[in-house]
Amino acid sequence: MKSLKFLLTGIFFGIVLVKSEAVSWYRIYEMFQFQSFHMYGIIGSAVVVGIIGVWLIKRSKLNSIEGQPIVLPPKDRSIARYLIGGTIFGLGWALAGACPGPMYILVGTGVLSMLLVIAGAILGTFFYGLIKDRLPH
Amino acid sequence: MDYILQPWPWYVSGPLIALVMLALIYFGKTFGMSSNLRTLCTIGGADNFASFFKFDWKSQLWNLTVVLGAVIGGFIAVNFLSDGSLIDLNSQTVEDLSTLGFDNAGASLLPPELFNWGNVWTPKGLMILIGAGFLVGFGTRYAGGCTSGHAITGLSNLQWPSLVAVIGFFIGGLFMIHVLFPLIFSA
Repeated sequence: MKSLKFLLTGIFFGIVLVKSEAVSWYRIYEMFQFQSFHMYGIIGSAVVVGIIGVWLIKRSKLNSIEGQPIVLPPKDRSIARYLIGGTIFGLGWALAGACPGPMYILVGTGVLSMLLVIAGAILGTFFYGLIKDRLPH
Repeated sequence: MDYILQPWPWYVSGPLIALVMLALIYFGKTFGMSSNLRTLCTIGGADNFASFFKFDWKSQLWNLTVVLGAVIGGFIAVNFLSDGSLIDLNSQTVEDLSTLGFDNAGASLLPPELFNWGNVWTPKGLMILIGAGFLVGFGTRYAGGCTSGHAITGLSNLQWPSLVAVIGFFIGGLFMIHVLFPLIFSA
């Protein structure tokens, strides 16, 4: 039963991303052309609500559902890995029109060719794991 | 009910995405979709090749469960919660795309020119899909997160590394659309 909440969260996430059209390749193209506010509105309002929510969680010292203190691990300090890795990610994001969340969701919408993109993403992750120590971080 | 079946506006969708992130925090986890790619590598035996994949993948089962839910959610949204509305793209976007060889932009979620099987099974079609996936998978792990981990979670937690990553996402995305698309696609 513990995993039911994760399943329901995933279902909710999948529905929201389809209904918002954030899973659409066209919306990603439009975003990078700065021709619509839609995607910026989605990400922007998510971050604004997220900032307030995270602030409230920290301030209220809320415990997790399992009674543990909530800790949000800070990101490692670096510029190179975020800028280079981020740029490589962006190239793929714009071409596939999907980041990892939408990739899975789109399979559910019936676009089975997305499985090839996922296969590529798994391969890319594997390749990163192989050469990780030789990259600037 | 009409409001649910129509496309949802950004000011409804964005806060709901934040809710997903906050729910996962409350469950004692963090929102990060790309971590599942590493988990899948490990399940597939990648831990025999690199130490990066040596970890207890069972500790990530919850995240794979979110993925399973997301797939089901996609199915439900398209089959039971949609009225078949077209995507209301900027008309300039539709025009720009037609000069690149993408017709009827917005009539479906994704361009059939890239994702229909007839176009997938060509050397170029395969290279685009697998190559794009490769860049996403490599880049996201290098950057330590994707849109969910950096743009949503990281920025919500005021992490400047996430802002650097998001700037990277846009450098790459803008370069792809403005410089590489005209080289890759033509009408």
